[in-house]
Amino acid sequence: PIAGPVESKNEAAMSELVPEPRQKPVVPMKPMGINASLLGYIGIDTIIEQMRKKTMKTGFDFNIMVVGQSGLGKSTLVNTLFKSQVSRKSSGWNREEKIPKTVEIKAIGHVIEEGGVKMKLTVIDTPGFGDQINNENCWEPIEKYINEQYEKFLKEEVNIARKKRIPDTRVHCCLYFISPTGHSLRPLDLEFMKHLSKVVNIIPVIAKADTMTLEEKIEFKQRVRKELEVNGIEFYPQKEFDEDLEDKTENDKIRQESMPFAVVGSDKEYQVNGKRVLGRKTPWGIIEVENLTHCEFALLRDFVIRTHLQDLKEVTHNIHYETYRAKRLNDNGGLPPMTVETEENHESNL
Amino acid sequence: QNDGYRTLSLSGHVGFGSLPDQLVKKSIKQGFCFNILCIGETGSGKSTLINSLFNTNFDEPVSTHFLPSVQLRAQTYELQESNVLLKLTIVSTVGFGDQINKEDSCQPIVDYIDAQFEAYLQEELKIKRSLFSYHDTRIHVCLYFISPTGHSLKTLDLLTMKSLDSKVNIIPIIGKADSISKTELQKFKNKIMSELVSNDVQIYQFPTDDETISKINTVMNGHLPFAVVGSTEEVKIGNKMVRARQYPWGIVQVENENHCDFVKLREMLLCTNMEDLREQTHARHYELYRRCRLEEMGFRDIGPENKPVSLQEAYEAKRHEFYLELQRKEKEMKQQFVQRVKEKEAILKEAEQQVQTKFEHRMLMHQEAKLELEKKKKVLEDEIAMFIEKKANAELLQSQASVSTPVVSLKRDKDRK
Repeated sequence: PIAGPVESKNEAAMSELVPEPRQKPVVPMKPMGINASLLGYIGIDTIIEQMRKKTMKTGFDFNIMVVGQSGLGKSTLVNTLFKSQVSRKSSGWNREEKIPKTVEIKAIGHVIEEGGVKMKLTVIDTPGFGDQINNENCWEPIEKYINEQYEKFLKEEVNIARKKRIPDTRVHCCLYFISPTGHSLRPLDLEFMKHLSKVVNIIPVIAKADTMTLEEKIEFKQRVRKELEVNGIEFYPQKEFDEDLEDKTENDKIRQESMPFAVVGSDKEYQVNGKRVLGRKTPWGIIEVENLTHCEFALLRDFVIRTHLQDLKEVTHNIHYETYRAKRLNDNGGLPPMTVETEENHESNL
Repeated sequence: QNDGYRTLSLSGHVGFGSLPDQLVKKSIKQGFCFNILCIGETGSGKSTLINSLFNTNFDEPVSTHFLPSVQLRAQTYELQESNVLLKLTIVSTVGFGDQINKEDSCQPIVDYIDAQFEAYLQEELKIKRSLFSYHDTRIHVCLYFISPTGHSLKTLDLLTMKSLDSKVNIIPIIGKADSISKTELQKFKNKIMSELVSNDVQIYQFPTDDETISKINTVMNGHLPFAVVGSTEEVKIGNKMVRARQYPWGIVQVENENHCDFVKLREMLLCTNMEDLREQTHARHYELYRRCRLEEMGFRDIGPENKPVSLQEAYEAKRHEFYLELQRKEKEMKQQFVQRVKEKEAILKEAEQQVQTKFEHRMLMHQEAKLELEKKKKVLEDEIAMFIEKKANAELLQSQASVSTPVVSLKRDKDRK
């Protein structure tokens, strides 16, 4: 393992014979993998603590998009996920408001804090999706929005004088709400997911799952999984991004058994067995949102927030964003920045 | 701080407090990189200190004083402590301060540091890049070894540190500090710090913005430069084996804070500020390098009409320019090649002509010679014919004469025959 010093010694001998005006800078060779064993504790493992402190100080950004037809409980679910009124339903929206004629993109951001961790959460709603008579290409405004965020980030990254922390508005996670028909996916569902799974992490959820019995739920989930597979739709967590065996086994279980999560949302609390729980009250009983025997909300919450939140961001940054960037730099060698107004210009660039 | 976002309070436990843990878990999987550059004269104690710092024996051969120029030697090691995998790269100067003419001493070091920044920048500018799996070779900290003269900094020290202070985090160290007494040491430290300040050398300051560590960091900032002693040998003190240097007059213990600042250095470098050193390298030194380099290459954020110019436009314009230049050169080379071929062909043709003429000439000569020889042959044949005729006549005459005296002439004929 002493190949390094020996080589430079030869170099020294050579340079004595043939003096160079200026020494070429030496670039370290590929890591030798010399495993030096430590004879005692040093303290390099404290870097974990140092890193944790730094990240807590800077805080986190998280941007989640919800897509699905009106009335599937999107806003309620997001509010339930983050235990606060983060969705547009609360910011002055009222049920009598007309459904928009085209798909609108509404992003609302809030800052929430828990355990010393500050998170800037942005919920992006897509009212009007799938609600028209003719829904052809209704995913295009959504795809455009997602790409615009990548573009914004790219422009900042490419500046000569860059910001210390580039504001991240990229969509990290897209929850797609499937109607609990009990039969199969709709053509619109397939079209949307086919197009968008290539640019963003899609997590399909079965909405209003309290309309299905346990057996119906299991069958429906199986059928949905099969259809997604047959149509080549890679939802998050994508198989190709599993980093190691540990990831693979963990994610395989989620992909093949739990997903898509059949959820119920609620922001109302009821008293059950002496405890206050979030739930929906019906004549035939109270559906407890966080009870795993009633619905899979808790699984979704743990998956998105407690275990895979950082991974969602990393896949977005390391894969989806890089794909966009590579395409952008290759396409016509990166012409003048995409303008937001002209749709045609946008289409040709894509 | 909140950029105009409303703060909401949570009505229950959500669970994103685990985010730092998720991030840390990912970082552990990837492993960490830390790159230290040691600058110091030959024999200033660099290798010994590194061995002591990391409590191990990195096998590095001892170097000579007779190298014609400063070189850098880099070695990468993989260390593991609990679940943390650290890719440690130690870069040491070889031959620093040994030359009679030290004018070029700093340049190799500056070039090396820039080369690492350049490598990262190249990766960042690639179209298909993989930054998250890139082995970061940028220097995170530079330990500058000051000779324990006890007086002041050398000119070389000031010059070198000044040329590096905007490129790397510098922590000045007094090496082999066991040769200075305590009273001399404080005076020496003060002199060094005042010289650094008066020459506007920006050394690394341990950060004081985080309340948990600001106090200790401020105290440590006051102890700079650290006076250290390193040792690869162990001596028995009491009932423990400790790293120490044994002299006839006593034992200098490396890890005794009364004897030297080794423990302080290790604490600051590894246990408290390693992450900050990495961050400063990336967010400050690298960004500065990148900015200067891109401006050098002709890119601007604001175009001539004061309109924002996208890097892509400028980059593409340059790429196009380069491509045209390439095409032009290619055309030129093609033309040159065709020209040369033509010339060579002409030469060869001429040579061929010459050979042809020579051949024809020779053929002609050959024909002439042949004719000559034929003539000669004819003459000789004629002579032979004449001779045969003569001989025949002579023989006839002889045989007629020999009939009258048969016995004697027969004998004579026989003899003659």
